[in-house]
Amino acid sequence: MINVERLTKVFGTKRAVDGVSFTVERGEVLGFLGPNGAGKSTTMRMITGFIPPHSGRITVGGHDVVDNPIAAKRLVGYLPENAAAYTDMTVYGFLNFCAEIRGFTGDGRKKAVHRVVEMCFLENVLHQSVETLSKGYRHRTCFAQSIIHDPEVLIMDEPTDGLDPNQKHEVRNLIRRMGEKKAIIFSTHILEEVDAVCSRAIIIDRGRVVANGTPAELRRKSELAGAVTVRVAGMAGNALSQKLYNVSGVQRCVILQENPKAATVRVFPKAAPVNGEFARAVAGALSGAQVEELHSEEGRLDEVFRNITLPDTAKEVAK
Amino acid sequence: MTNIKTIAKRELAAYFTSPVAYVFIVIFLLLCGFFTFFVGQFFERGQASLSAPFFDWHPWFYLFLVPAVGMRLWAEERRVGTIELLLTMPITAWQAIVGKFLASWVFLGVALALTFPIVLSVNFLGSPDNGVIFAAYVGSWLMAGAYLAISSLTSAFTRNQVVSFIVAVVTCLFLILCGFGPVIQLLEGLGKPALVDLVASFSFITHFNGFQRGVLDSRDVIFFLSVIGFSLFTTGVILRGHRAG
Repeated sequence: MINVERLTKVFGTKRAVDGVSFTVERGEVLGFLGPNGAGKSTTMRMITGFIPPHSGRITVGGHDVVDNPIAAKRLVGYLPENAAAYTDMTVYGFLNFCAEIRGFTGDGRKKAVHRVVEMCFLENVLHQSVETLSKGYRHRTCFAQSIIHDPEVLIMDEPTDGLDPNQKHEVRNLIRRMGEKKAIIFSTHILEEVDAVCSRAIIIDRGRVVANGTPAELRRKSELAGAVTVRVAGMAGNALSQKLYNVSGVQRCVILQENPKAATVRVFPKAAPVNGEFARAVAGALSGAQVEELHSEEGRLDEVFRNITLPDTAKEVAK
Repeated sequence: MTNIKTIAKRELAAYFTSPVAYVFIVIFLLLCGFFTFFVGQFFERGQASLSAPFFDWHPWFYLFLVPAVGMRLWAEERRVGTIELLLTMPITAWQAIVGKFLASWVFLGVALALTFPIVLSVNFLGSPDNGVIFAAYVGSWLMAGAYLAISSLTSAFTRNQVVSFIVAVVTCLFLILCGFGPVIQLLEGLGKPALVDLVASFSFITHFNGFQRGVLDSRDVIFFLSVIGFSLFTTGVILRGHRAG
């Protein structure tokens, strides 16, 4: 549905987006991650046709966003970063306007507005001016606007920013549900969201795509991925590590916690393990010991995120 | 066309849900009344004509009032961020610009139409040439459109409505002054009639005078329409420039 090829955007001397390519198919929810100022919003604005790319090509549903913007924009629903809405209108007036401009007339328009009002729980504030809404309601109003025409492509810039935990949960559920039939891109700073919602994630840093894969694939890039953590009662940390170094394929052991009763050690494998063989080997080496806990680490997204994006930022600071 | 209508409708509704519309209309009507009857000495003149006591003031009222109406057109959209919403809808930027302009222009037309009691008064007191009055109204509305288009242009420059207002006032003042009597006399002192004509031909006042005499000269109409066209076109260029970064 969405095809982005070698997209570049230059602001003055800054390359805000630098050769970004990716595709999103129907039924995919793509999470857009990256530090602030990495080029996430700029990329999204280019896909929605708000700002023209410097070079590169974007097609939405086969329509080139630059050459055929109206056809492309018809397919897209967009939730901008600050969830802007016309403050001088009522919620109903605003949604009605959006439906009208999306080409709904008469009964169809009423139905379209009614549908999103129900989906986004806006009945209570329907005739209230947008200006007087709380942030959560305003956000939902803008969200309602983006799905009013049941678009095939949905682009959302930080859709859960500023919502309370319940609202976040609702929005995530909504995104996941809609993701079954649509192509969705959303940006976020919240990594748990990626796990909860995305079928794929892209990490952008300083205008470039630095990682692209399913959340599980990304987690595997983590140092922690595949490591095995064990807690054994009645053994000192050092003794336990000595014992574990004998297991084949062990790169290093780290003592996490040690007290007279028990010790916790994390064992890192040399190569990424397959099918839990490493965990079995560790368990084998400990036969006879009082194992209280043994589990394989999955890797953590925040660690991957930091590893990929931090070194560069740190380097810049050092300069 | 439907899109232009939709946008214009929204914009017009926005004027009337905010105090802007009412404040504007009340002040405009008060000014019109005050200047016509007291400063313009409508009664003392003893003429069944609206030209000198009423329409002569319009270029000066508009100088301050129209930029106040037009300053929010784009500055507000940019400040609040709704421009991002508007321009990612399946419409062209051109439709948005024309739609917003038309809404404000219609609004100014409504304010102007509400001065109708003065036409009734003059008809009650004497027998004026209503054709001349009609022509002057048309001219006044066209002139308001030209002011408005310039305000739309300055509004697109900035997020700040105050800056937009001031720049619009100064630009419009310039366009008034180049046809203003004292300025013309000053230029005539230079002894270059061609220069005087050139400068005066850019003035709102020069072109509005024809309408006041009851003449719907195509040159005057084209002047105002081309100011509107040029300003709206430039508005589009500026908006595109902002987005291109």
